[in-house]
Amino acid sequence: MANKYWDTLTRPLLDDNPVTLQILGICSALAVTTSLDTALVMTVAVTCVLALSAVAVSLIRNHIPHSIRIIVQITIIASLVIIVDLVLKAFFFEIGQRLSVFVGLIVTNCIVLGRAEGFAMRNSVAASFFDGIGNGLGYGLILMLVGAIREFFGRGSLFGKQILIPVTQGGGFEPLHIMLLPPSAFFIIAGIIWFIRRKRPQQVEKPEFQHGGEES
Amino acid sequence: MNSLFEIFMRSVFVENLALSFFLGMCTFLAVSKRLETAFGVGLAMTVVQTVTVPVNNLIYVYLLAPGALAWAGLAHIDLSFLSLIAFIGVIAAMVQVLEMTLEFHAPKLHRSLGIFLPLITVNCAILGGSLFMVERSYDWLESIVYGFGTGIGWLLAIVMLAAIRERLKYSDIPEGLEGLGITFVVVGLMSLGFIGFTGLG
Repeated sequence: MANKYWDTLTRPLLDDNPVTLQILGICSALAVTTSLDTALVMTVAVTCVLALSAVAVSLIRNHIPHSIRIIVQITIIASLVIIVDLVLKAFFFEIGQRLSVFVGLIVTNCIVLGRAEGFAMRNSVAASFFDGIGNGLGYGLILMLVGAIREFFGRGSLFGKQILIPVTQGGGFEPLHIMLLPPSAFFIIAGIIWFIRRKRPQQVEKPEFQHGGEES
Repeated sequence: MNSLFEIFMRSVFVENLALSFFLGMCTFLAVSKRLETAFGVGLAMTVVQTVTVPVNNLIYVYLLAPGALAWAGLAHIDLSFLSLIAFIGVIAAMVQVLEMTLEFHAPKLHRSLGIFLPLITVNCAILGGSLFMVERSYDWLESIVYGFGTGIGWLLAIVMLAAIRERLKYSDIPEGLEGLGITFVVVGLMSLGFIGFTGLG
């Protein structure tokens, strides 16, 4: 039994990663990764919302009428996000300001609704909880990786601590400003997807067009 | 007048929701395989965005903002924490109303757009548009222009991506990069191109 939960928890990390395989939650994933601390806060926020909403949806899954289930799920998620938003404003005001609208956008983060609809509606409370945590961590893994790369090469720092000394301050490091601009996030994610799919060839999509074949 | 035009240009090019704020990415990647469907979603998105942003603006200004209830003699009440739920509700309701109106008055258009409308309810670009509207405190006229502009910008981006992906099918892509990987690279290049508009604002 414990083994099954362990499996639910770890599968989303690499084998079934929400960002690189399920194409979920990319919307908010990329915008907050210009530095590592915002990525970390975002990860924690999303993981909390995911786990709690999965538990809440799973608890009342047998009482939700089928036709209005999406509205019920969205209301649960939105309430949780408001709580997260208020907590951030109260205790981490500065980081909350930098995340700006993206905390609110967790509501429409497809991972949360996707897991609520796809997993929590059909599974027990405990399994849904671990699935939520696992997916949150899988999302966070990619987020932190991208955040680390962008902050390190863009500013020469990690978590705001200077590691490489930039040229302007007498060091030998030339900051790559492209890393702080949106395109780099796309390229880095593409690289991560490429890497994972080389390691896990079964994730590779079939080409839509075969040479000599007919167009579908 | 000038500033309205500026907001429009900014929201279409400089601050394109899809390419510089990564909003609506899920839909953006999922339905951009064919040009026709991409255009349909883009159009639906523009319509919904043009309607919801001004409506949310009215709701925020007259009901939710700190001190907004002054007209009812309740100036001390601050309901701004409710804005997320209110906005999502408005978006879902608007999409529903739009769908019913289209079904009744323009069944042909409904058939081509219909399936994309529910998808749009959970599109972060729509909610993002409303949240940005609050953050930048646009007035009502500005929010109409902003909603329309962001919609058009998103339409432009998804149509371009779909056009590129239709060609991309026939190309020889390194193993492991097919599908999602190469799409990200393409979007990255497009985003790089849009950075060139930065000076416009």
